[in-house]
Amino acid sequence: MEGTDLFFYLFSALVILSGLMVVSARNPVHAVMFLIFAFINAAGIFLLLGAEFLAMTLVIVYVGAVAVLFLFVVMMLDIDFAEMRAGYMKYFPIGALIGFAVLAELIALFGAWKTKSGLNVVKAPMDPELAALTNTEALGRVLFTEYVFYFEAVGIILLTAMIGAIILTHRKNDRARRQNIADQVARTPEMSIEIRKVETGKGI
Amino acid sequence: MIDFFWSSIWPWIIWTPVLKTIQSLAILVPLLIMVAYIIYADRKIWAAVQLRRGPNVVGPWGLLQSFADMAKFLFKEPIIPSGSNKVLFLLAPLITAFVTLAVWAVVPVGAGWPADEGTSWVVANINVGILYVLAISSLEVYGIIIGGWASNSKYPFLSALRSAGQMISYEVSIGFVIVTVLLCVGSLNLTDIVMAQKSGLADWLGVPWLTVLNWFWLPLFPMFIVFFISALAETNRPPFDLPEAESELVAGFMVEYSSSLYMLFMLGEYLAITFMCAIITILFLGGWLPPMDVWFLNWVPGVIWFLLKVWVVFFMFAMVKAFVPRYRYDQLMRLGWKVFLPLSLFMVVAVASVLHFFDMAP
Repeated sequence: MEGTDLFFYLFSALVILSGLMVVSARNPVHAVMFLIFAFINAAGIFLLLGAEFLAMTLVIVYVGAVAVLFLFVVMMLDIDFAEMRAGYMKYFPIGALIGFAVLAELIALFGAWKTKSGLNVVKAPMDPELAALTNTEALGRVLFTEYVFYFEAVGIILLTAMIGAIILTHRKNDRARRQNIADQVARTPEMSIEIRKVETGKGI
Repeated sequence: MIDFFWSSIWPWIIWTPVLKTIQSLAILVPLLIMVAYIIYADRKIWAAVQLRRGPNVVGPWGLLQSFADMAKFLFKEPIIPSGSNKVLFLLAPLITAFVTLAVWAVVPVGAGWPADEGTSWVVANINVGILYVLAISSLEVYGIIIGGWASNSKYPFLSALRSAGQMISYEVSIGFVIVTVLLCVGSLNLTDIVMAQKSGLADWLGVPWLTVLNWFWLPLFPMFIVFFISALAETNRPPFDLPEAESELVAGFMVEYSSSLYMLFMLGEYLAITFMCAIITILFLGGWLPPMDVWFLNWVPGVIWFLLKVWVVFFMFAMVKAFVPRYRYDQLMRLGWKVFLPLSLFMVVAVASVLHFFDMAP
């Protein structure tokens, strides 16, 4: 056992524990907090694997952006514990069924997992050698040469999803009063202030 | 098993933490003392602009004011609102302070020895340094949202949402500005980013001794300004201090906080400001490199140059606070999404094209 193994067991234990807490926490905000904790520990496991780029991206994307949105939504909820527990027994059988189905599928999948013998021979030699590159560079080289069309397709799908979400939720409201920045910038003191000489004791 | 423990794990498990602790203390203790004087400088500069004296009672010229404030905060009673979520309420300032301290692990503050080997004074010289910075700074928003929510009061909560929206908006343009710098460097390592500014524009202009022109502030000029303004917004500094607009909103998401918890928030805020000054120094002002290739300037240690540059950038932060009026929230959002985002996106494409077609990519 090496020193890094200790950290592997620490991180993986914490991922599993916080994963359990995500589904069992009563308060949804706490659940999201445990989800964030799970992400950070998963990033730690990536670091141990030497995949530092993935580790950092996991934190930036999932913790820095996705989980913030989760928190935004969850914090807006008006949490009523009694109401949340009302349908518990009704939904329990369906939930348990789905859980067992997924578990069975996973067991079947990993039980039947076989690596083709002699696969290492088939594998093409890396050019340039992976060990000589940093993680980021190696990923970039593959992503922007061999997989560039897939990469761009993913980008376009995300863009479409974003535009779709905006179009679906955006309601044009003619009565809303909007700021016209150009008007505001173009405004000069002369347009809004008139300086008059007023005689003392008279008023305008 | 015991032999194995002594031979392999023992040195690793003892020496790495000890070494890293010493290195971390070597950067954090001077940093915290510097932050105390950054706060003092902030107040003094602001006072000087408004023809006031500023803090001048505690110690000679008020130099001990920040320490007196700290003692005051520590000895006050921390009040935890009865309706608050106690764990998260206590956790929020801790997250803010922890995150803003942790990000300093990758900041190179001085030249290594020997100077040209790509080494530097830094706790962790990791090759994804700038990603680490982005990852850790993206955690800063949690201190704010959690603090606002856990207070169980609508004013901190609304203010936390505003603040979070502001921070997320400006992180986008900050990210793109960093990408333009990275395109010119070809590495994510902060030490490499500084080293890449050793040569460049000054050589082409035929004045190789004027190394100040090599730094990225000039070749990437609009990005320097965009980054500076985004840094102001990202750290909730005036003119973008909407979440805590002192004259209107008391203290924003920190309304329910008092004593040492409030101090941790304030410490985190000023640490983040100092960090932004440091990252501007590294990305655009050549880190620890001297401004001119003259023997007596080269002789000055790199740390001194680094600190001088950080202080100059902070002086700009303080001056902006003193004489720029506060933005409205819609103006802030417009600036971030409709001005900076397109501009920085365009610059990413432009810089990449120039580097590619003139064959200058590193």
